[in-house]
Amino acid sequence: MKEIIKKIDHINFGLMSPENIRKNSVIKIVTPDTYDEDGYPIENGLMDPHLGVIDPSLKCKTCGSKGGECLGHFGSIDLARPVVHVGFADNIYKILRSVCNECGRVLLTDTEIENFKYEILMAMDNEESINEIIKRVQDAAKKDKCPHCEEKQSDIKIDKPTSINDGDYRLTASEIRDRLERITDEDALVLGVNPKVARPEWMVLTVLPVPPVTVRPSITLETGERSEDDLTHKLVDILRINQRLSENMEAGAPQLIVEDLWELLQYHVTTYFDNEASGVPPARHRSGRPLKTLAQRLKGKEGRFRSNLSGKRVNFSARTVISPDPNISINEVGVPEMIATEVTVPVHVNDWNIEELKKYILNGPEVHPGANYVIRSDDRKIRVYDDTKDSIIENIEPGWVVERHLKDGDIVLFNRQPSLHRMSMMAHEVKVLPYKTFRLNLCVCPPYNADFDGDEMNMHVFQTDESRAEAKSLMRVQEHILSPRFGGPIIGAIHDHISGAYLLTRNGSTFTEEQAFQIIRKAKLPIPKRKNPNDNPELGTNWTGKELFSLLLPEKLNLEYKGEICKNCQVCKERDCEFDSYVVIEDGELKYGALDEKAYGSFSGKILDKIVKDYGSDTAKEFLDRSTNMAISGIMKVGITTSTNDEEIPQEAQDRIQAHLDDAEENVDRHVKAYEEGELEALPGRSLEETLEMKIMQVLGEARDKSGEIAESYFAMETNHSVVMAKTGARASMLNLTQITACVGQQSVRGGRISRGYIERTLPHFRKNELGAKARGFVHSSYKSGLDPVEFFFHAMGGREGLVDTAIRTAQSGYMQRRLVNALQDLKVTENGLVQDNKGNVIQTMFGEDGVDPAKSDHGKAADLDKIIKEMRIKK
Amino acid sequence: MSEGILVHELVPKHVILENSEIKKIFKDLDFHQDQLPKIKVEDPIAKAIGAEVGNVLEITRESETAGTFVTYRLVEP
Repeated sequence: MKEIIKKIDHINFGLMSPENIRKNSVIKIVTPDTYDEDGYPIENGLMDPHLGVIDPSLKCKTCGSKGGECLGHFGSIDLARPVVHVGFADNIYKILRSVCNECGRVLLTDTEIENFKYEILMAMDNEESINEIIKRVQDAAKKDKCPHCEEKQSDIKIDKPTSINDGDYRLTASEIRDRLERITDEDALVLGVNPKVARPEWMVLTVLPVPPVTVRPSITLETGERSEDDLTHKLVDILRINQRLSENMEAGAPQLIVEDLWELLQYHVTTYFDNEASGVPPARHRSGRPLKTLAQRLKGKEGRFRSNLSGKRVNFSARTVISPDPNISINEVGVPEMIATEVTVPVHVNDWNIEELKKYILNGPEVHPGANYVIRSDDRKIRVYDDTKDSIIENIEPGWVVERHLKDGDIVLFNRQPSLHRMSMMAHEVKVLPYKTFRLNLCVCPPYNADFDGDEMNMHVFQTDESRAEAKSLMRVQEHILSPRFGGPIIGAIHDHISGAYLLTRNGSTFTEEQAFQIIRKAKLPIPKRKNPNDNPELGTNWTGKELFSLLLPEKLNLEYKGEICKNCQVCKERDCEFDSYVVIEDGELKYGALDEKAYGSFSGKILDKIVKDYGSDTAKEFLDRSTNMAISGIMKVGITTSTNDEEIPQEAQDRIQAHLDDAEENVDRHVKAYEEGELEALPGRSLEETLEMKIMQVLGEARDKSGEIAESYFAMETNHSVVMAKTGARASMLNLTQITACVGQQSVRGGRISRGYIERTLPHFRKNELGAKARGFVHSSYKSGLDPVEFFFHAMGGREGLVDTAIRTAQSGYMQRRLVNALQDLKVTENGLVQDNKGNVIQTMFGEDGVDPAKSDHGKAADLDKIIKEMRIKK
Repeated sequence: MSEGILVHELVPKHVILENSEIKKIFKDLDFHQDQLPKIKVEDPIAKAIGAEVGNVLEITRESETAGTFVTYRLVEP
């Protein structure tokens, strides 16, 4: 069985002839029983040891190999009467329809036969599909009279799944077989059956192959009870009926009884092949569960192809819940000790590591840096037990392999489904930690799209040095900080890192020397000498946050950009920005501006982007690890808290908002009145109704924005942490806050105001055809003051549409991506920039037409000249 | 009609390459001419410039990423 290597030259698809089935059969199965009272397989039964064995202690009676080595051998059942094969019922029907009922010739004239035959042979020579030709043959062979014997043809109909009627008479399987036998080889070819590999009559079974026991192993339950495979059950049924049928036939039973039994045999053989064939009630287990027969084993997502061949379960992998750990590097993953002692790394023993490996073996499989197996030079695998430990340590020598536990610093592959882009699988360094979850740094949440509400992730351990080396240089987390999707960082600071950096670096944020040293220590930086201690005499020994953050920046870094908190003033005051939003970094020193999402956040971090592109991934990883730690330390020194008090505004402000919303509503009513009186003028290309809707939407949209602005003007960035989070881009948006404080605004379904529900109105609370703001889903209230029942209902309508849309969007974009990936998966870029497919055909003469790697590009462009010039100007 | 398409803004510039030029251009590129993208002889632009089967056309077109982009197509029957 082992070590037979053959090259596949070509594959022929054909049908099994009865002779072929008999030739491949090692034994004829007759008895419908499996085991006798003593538990031994019955001779000529379904578990006959000639069919192969599973138990390693038994020997196969055909080949003599032990169980586990013998692949099994086919047997056969001689059917008392022929039976139609369900899988070919449709083909049989199509052939019979195109064939003379009397003489068995195709219903085509000799010239037609000649022409079609030529076409088919040509197509076969050119390796083209003949399906379309066969279809034309079937159309041409619809004749009322046989061109060969002049016999009138009756109508052949199929009665799904296996019965075929000639007019009103139902053909028996024997008659079908007789008719198929009459077809000449030449006619068969024209009908699409290649006589070299198949004959039409082989589609009606006279002998049934019995798969070896290895295909349908029986399982022994804990109670000692034997439970047979579904296929075995089905074969027992077939044998039983087959036996009764032949007995009845021999005894000369009446035709009616024989036909009934024949029908039953047909049913069992049909469900043996396909238990979901339409028109047949599925065969059931005693418990009422439908049996899983041959077709069900192969079909669908859980079938052999998709579940066992395209996708397989693997060894050396682990899966568990993930949780955050801000104290490990982005390159690391925390692995629970329980997993680390289970998955192993094979290490080749040599003179330099033998002592270390002996220590692992001494620890055994239970204690952490231990070993589970050793593989001797003769490829024998030995499990490390307490009893065997000592002899293994005594005998171990270079050339053996030790499967030791995972330990700190090992490279593993870490993955979260759905694996939509290459950042969904990255290589991490192991850090063995207590407890039972995988731990990951918060900065790698965006590439995996992970959160900690119960997400699970998979880990795979590399088993060869080559794979480890390759993964370390290509797949390590730090190599994926830049995303090829938009040429910016996808790994970066999130949430508290961002509000932390802002609170740390904004103007007026100072720290005592002790606090400063604590922060510096947390960022794992050496205690530095202060650069310009006398710049600001008021400060004394205190440090500013900007000074602290500057410690992280590379020495020659020069950068200038507008922060996320920038208000987009008409005239930018640049360095004199009173909002601290114009960031200037000179020679690695943060001079102006507070840091926020634009500084080092994922997707938009400019400083991070520049550091990766100019200083490389090692520096960037270091910067990210340290800066996030500093930000966390900073946020803890300042303190951050939020409550609904953050969304509180004075009564005066509420009155102003109310007045504004009342105005807007009046305005809407004016528009509606103008429309009703016919004074409204339609906009070009719009109907009157559309114009009105647009105007109302515009008025209401402005009303919400304006009320939001009023509320916003009462929010102070200095003390209000909700606002800090929203404006720095850490979490939430100003819209979220104003919806809580001021006004939720217009609810929409299908992109317009709500207009569905009752006849000509949304709810019975309104008049028919009412067009006012409230009647069409405008929510005046804020989330904090609460929605009235009508508003609540409209809000639920809009909210539900949002949920449905996301569900549909993911399904649609998933399928779209699948099609794209399948079409592009074999394309590669050659050394000279050509894009070629796997046949070598040129797809593009230069990758992306410009040859630029999008991950290394500046947000999709090869270079941003304006930016480069700006940076050069800062340099002194 | 066929002259018209040559000046249309959506039709990029097609030029028939001389054999010497083909050799020069493909000298460094490690692939066979047959692996190039194809264009039919009966394609309107191929007819308009009088290309024959076996010719290699140089196509210069505007590109979103690279400004202008030069690619090649093999004329096939």
